Amino acid sequence: MAECHPVGFQWVMEARLRGAKVFHIDPRFSRTSAVADRYLPIRAGSDIVLLGALINHVLSNELYFREYVLAYTNAATLVSKRFQDTEDLDGLFSGFDPESHRYDPSSWAYEGDEESEAETDEMREGGGQHAEAAGSDSYGARGAGASARPPSDPTLRHPRCVLQILKRHFARYTPEMVAELCGIPPEDFAELAEAITANSGRERTTAWVYSVGWTQHSVGAQYIRASAILQLLLGNMGRPGGGIMALRGHASIQGSTDIPTLFNLLPGYIAMPHAHRHEDLAHYLEMEGADTGYWGNRRSYLVSLLKSWWGDAATEDNDFCFGYLPRLTGDHGHYATVMGQIDGTVKGYFVIGENPAVGSANGKAQRLGLANLEWLVVRDLTLVETATFWKDGPELETGELRTGDIATEVFFLPAASHVEKEGTFTNTQRLLQWREKALDPPGECRSDLWFYYHLGKRIRRRLGDDEIDRPAIELTWDYPEEGEHREPSAEAVLREINGTGPDGRALSSYRELAPDGSTRCGCWIYCGVYADEVNQAARREPGSRQSWVAPEWGWAWPANRRILYNRASADPEGRPWSERKAYIWWDAEKGEWTGHDVPDFDLRKPPDYEPPDGARAEAALAGTDPFIMQSDGKGWLYVPSGLSDGPLPTHYEPHESPVLNTLYARQSNPARRTYDRPENPYNPPGSARFPYVFTTSRLTEHHTAGAMSRSLAYLAELQPELFCEVSPQLAAEVGLVNGGWATIVTSRTAIEARVLVTDRVRPLRVQRQIIHQVVMPYHWGYGGGGLVTGDIVNDLLPVVLDPNVYIQESKACTCAVLPGRRPRGQALLDLIEEYRHG
Amino acid sequence: MADGGWISRWPVIRQLKGEDGRRDAARSARTDALRPRTEEADTVARSVCPYCAVGCGQLVYVKDGKVSQIEGDPDSPISRGRLCPKGSASKQLVTHPGRQTQVLYRRPYGTEWERLDLETAMDMIADRVVRTRRETWQETHEGKEVRRTLGIASLGGATLDNEENYLMKKLYTALGAIQVENQARI
Repeated sequence: MAECHPVGFQWVMEARLRGAKVFHIDPRFSRTSAVADRYLPIRAGSDIVLLGALINHVLSNELYFREYVLAYTNAATLVSKRFQDTEDLDGLFSGFDPESHRYDPSSWAYEGDEESEAETDEMREGGGQHAEAAGSDSYGARGAGASARPPSDPTLRHPRCVLQILKRHFARYTPEMVAELCGIPPEDFAELAEAITANSGRERTTAWVYSVGWTQHSVGAQYIRASAILQLLLGNMGRPGGGIMALRGHASIQGSTDIPTLFNLLPGYIAMPHAHRHEDLAHYLEMEGADTGYWGNRRSYLVSLLKSWWGDAATEDNDFCFGYLPRLTGDHGHYATVMGQIDGTVKGYFVIGENPAVGSANGKAQRLGLANLEWLVVRDLTLVETATFWKDGPELETGELRTGDIATEVFFLPAASHVEKEGTFTNTQRLLQWREKALDPPGECRSDLWFYYHLGKRIRRRLGDDEIDRPAIELTWDYPEEGEHREPSAEAVLREINGTGPDGRALSSYRELAPDGSTRCGCWIYCGVYADEVNQAARREPGSRQSWVAPEWGWAWPANRRILYNRASADPEGRPWSERKAYIWWDAEKGEWTGHDVPDFDLRKPPDYEPPDGARAEAALAGTDPFIMQSDGKGWLYVPSGLSDGPLPTHYEPHESPVLNTLYARQSNPARRTYDRPENPYNPPGSARFPYVFTTSRLTEHHTAGAMSRSLAYLAELQPELFCEVSPQLAAEVGLVNGGWATIVTSRTAIEARVLVTDRVRPLRVQRQIIHQVVMPYHWGYGGGGLVTGDIVNDLLPVVLDPNVYIQESKACTCAVLPGRRPRGQALLDLIEEYRHG
Repeated sequence: MADGGWISRWPVIRQLKGEDGRRDAARSARTDALRPRTEEADTVARSVCPYCAVGCGQLVYVKDGKVSQIEGDPDSPISRGRLCPKGSASKQLVTHPGRQTQVLYRRPYGTEWERLDLETAMDMIADRVVRTRRETWQETHEGKEVRRTLGIASLGGATLDNEENYLMKKLYTALGAIQVENQARI
């Protein structure tokens, strides 16, 4: 965090000055390790062992926050008799199909959740489609249906209640396993376990902070789940100083998920419709989740979105143009798209402020895909490698590609910078901040808003009366134009995202959205950002003139709430758990929730509210149900549906690992997605030729694939060259010299880097052997307007995906290390062949 | 400060005379005449750092139609005026000489970039979208209605504004393009 989010880290240091203890757990010693109270090096890819052992420690020593757990989580809920755990099936959950490598999740349901089971049967009728349906892509962010009041055992003793299932599942995650698989000695584990439990409860809270490297594993979603279980057990969710903070690495990567340019989502985490499950609007609404909790209002959210896009053309009679939405039939994610380019199905590609030739796993596959397109449009500040691959890509040097043979037509359009356009970023805290425009962009540089607006206008002019053109012709696409470049008004777009009521005025809350088409809203969770016809994201009341929550700086979704699920900061009766941790509480006199933040709860729903029979949406949740997006209002220790690789986190080794999984008979995540193709070879399992763990990282002075940092003189001077960090022991073993060259080899390619021999990298003792880890920053490339260049580190990585979110496993694979520079041309290909098959 | 001619005001002389060289005696007349660039700016825009997702406040100073300085915004309750090395260098991000300001075109099998004006490029891109969409349109897939094209894909960076992502998703969806992706997946 100090390395990659230094200014955010000031708050960790403030907390430390006030007595907080900071642990840093990371394969790499970074600037964070340097100032933490304790630094625990860990083997990359083993985090679920550590988190599972902490969960086991909390459960077996009865250290969980019992009142919180009982009232606010699904600990007491009973699970279906059909469910079988990895304990029963030696590393598999029930429902696994060995042929498709996918799970049928129906047996993971809560007891008596017949609706959900019937639903799954219906999915199964889709033949081969049911396995896809099991994926989280089918449910957006919300998980599938479950009832609001499933059977439960408040004594927590029933063998099929969630807490007992958890106890059995995590029993084998012991401090000894942590030592054996993570390389963390028992005494260090004990210190960590003692610290987090002592610092949780009524009076204290503990926060977990991860950077998105946690998501880049074949079990990435389950890493986060493991942390969520621990935090729920310790009562650290929805409370000040608690939570799980995802430190996202790009200015508006949170916004890019909220208003997604992602294949499986519509704005506001509404799932894209699926061809086999969603024939019409009614069918979609019936299949997509529960009627209880806030997702019970999904008709209002979706219909308002459709009205926002198709305006008067969207009517009750035509399903509000639901049929205009194209349908998914499986994984259409980034890596599936690249394979489609290589196979020739994808003809045209837009790359907008992105540099996959350097930034994505297996860069060669990326570039082979680019070389097989009919046309490519790249928009950026500089000539990134993705735009110039045909001129200077590494495949030209090896002879795998020839410029004169590449048919791809390339358009490079220069982009406006962040100061040359106005608009909002959503930061890692869900906070929208409006940027004022400082000046016009130079030359032919334009904003991406300008590009898509004017491209849309041109395309619409070219379309005709054809039935397939109607969704684009009838699309609402009128925005006020400003200035000599006819820039569309970003505020008008933000206002459309916010939504308007029947009177045409801006809405102030998603609670005003209607299911009948009388309201419009481009992204329901952002509704309120333009309340009272005021751009709330532009608010700039100085922090020094506000409370510590600072509610008048920018605007946080939803409803300007700064901590989600903050009803959980009060006890079931609505009183703060302690004065020290008071945040939101029930004011009985006024009959409403109040406190330091906007309550994330129905303002006037009293703590003793019990839902009447047949209640739906938020009315179906009790006054003690803080997790209002869930069908039962509970924090899910166990996830009955919505995940594709199991209801509980389970340790599996990375696809490439030098270590045997001694926890289960299954070595790697059985549901992981692999691409067995010539462009994407994997290191042979257990190969002694690739003995080292390889992981990637970032540096303070650079940014991701480097397009925004390598070309800046200050930053290029501060970090001029690619390097690999190795321990003195590994340097001695391989023959590396500090300041000299090393060649790092995987089955994908070999790259060269300067050697940094340092004690900061500690070899780990894992399974009675010494495991060396090689850490490399991935900011360099061959061009991109860079003042400094270097080999592309991501070229080393394989494409292996987490089955829930299709994110690649880029934080743990295996490699070989040789002294000296890498060979060039054909000799490089020969070296890789030798390692792959030798 | 000593009175008299320029020699007696020369910092070296004052320091030799015993004044503290780490304080006022380090100042020369030239130092005293220096003014911060931020004072002379014609306008100041309130902005946000474009690198990581912490969301530090930035103040963008413009003088004579050019960015003259970018500083941390002390009012921000997130960053309290601080910026990291990248944020502090972001004036260079906007002004560095390697920045491209012209449209470039590489024709199929071409070996060099060519110039193209923006309007022509926009028309050519629109033509290609319309053509590829028609050529690759899928009305059904495995007997189910899909109304889409798998021929056009998009990958966006996560420094796009919300408003930009919104128009992108809206337009692509209306055109039936579903392989619309973002750094957020990566």
